Amino acid sequence: MRHHRILRVITKLTVPGILLFGLYVQFHGDYGPGGGFQAGVIFGAGFILYGLVFGLEDLRKVAPPPITTTLIAVGVLLFAGVGIMSQLLGANYLDYDVLAADPHAGQHLGIILVELGVGITVAAVMMTIFMTFAGRER
Amino acid sequence: MILAIDIALLVLLAIVGLAVIRVRNLFAVAMLSGLYSFLMASLFVLMDAVDVAFTEAAVGAGISTVLLLSVLSLTKSREKIPVTTPLLPLVIVVVTGALLIYGTSDLPAFGDPNAPIHTHVAPDYIEEGPKETGAPNVVTAVLASYRGYDTLGEVTVIFTAGLGVLLLLSGRRRRRDEDGDSPGGAA
Repeated sequence: MRHHRILRVITKLTVPGILLFGLYVQFHGDYGPGGGFQAGVIFGAGFILYGLVFGLEDLRKVAPPPITTTLIAVGVLLFAGVGIMSQLLGANYLDYDVLAADPHAGQHLGIILVELGVGITVAAVMMTIFMTFAGRER
Repeated sequence: MILAIDIALLVLLAIVGLAVIRVRNLFAVAMLSGLYSFLMASLFVLMDAVDVAFTEAAVGAGISTVLLLSVLSLTKSREKIPVTTPLLPLVIVVVTGALLIYGTSDLPAFGDPNAPIHTHVAPDYIEEGPKETGAPNVVTAVLASYRGYDTLGEVTVIFTAGLGVLLLLSGRRRRRDEDGDSPGGAA
């Protein structure tokens, strides 16, 4: 689709907005609807739209497969790591109260880190699935 | 008013569902299934489940449609007309559907405050959630904090799905890289 000028221009205009909206959904999940899962899907969709219009080779330049495949594990490890961190600080697994000085700040920090882990894994998995499917020959 | 919107959405849902069965052009079917997800998301909004609606719109209408389209670019875009009439599957589907509808007669009414699901831990989450976690969105408080284990399990499921796709499909790419016609082969 790289020969369609209108598609290319519109994609260039919309992709930054999609990525920004993904970040908003990611970090605003405490206050409004949304969270890591939806944010990861939106963020991944921004990259996939770019790949659909500009081709797989261009997508692999902005989201190299070695990095996206590593990020799949990074998200899960971040989530599990927050749990181990709270255990090291003397509380139960995934009890965020002890992560900061007072329980509210700890919960806030814990929820943000955990949601970030969800978002990273979901976005990386979506990009990986798309790139592996699209990378297959006819 | 809400009842009228409900009925309109359900009628559209049925039309789209029937169209998905009838239409043989698979590109149109992919777009129709995205439309189906959007209608479901609208229904979830009417039920005040905005987080679920958000997920349905992003996953069902957004990414699933894109993945279906990218699969279609690898296959033919027209469905083959079946040789025989699939009578047995039709009977199984009708019987299962009838059983499910029969099952709903035992469910508590929608929004019933005395339903078991609203009398167990949900009142605690709604009352104590904002105080204990400080997160104004109680859905996030439940998903990320109270039910952290469940969410960790869900992320692990997604992780496993990504791993499975990679293991099943990336072997072919590696073979092509060895031939040396892919510039990203060294990375």
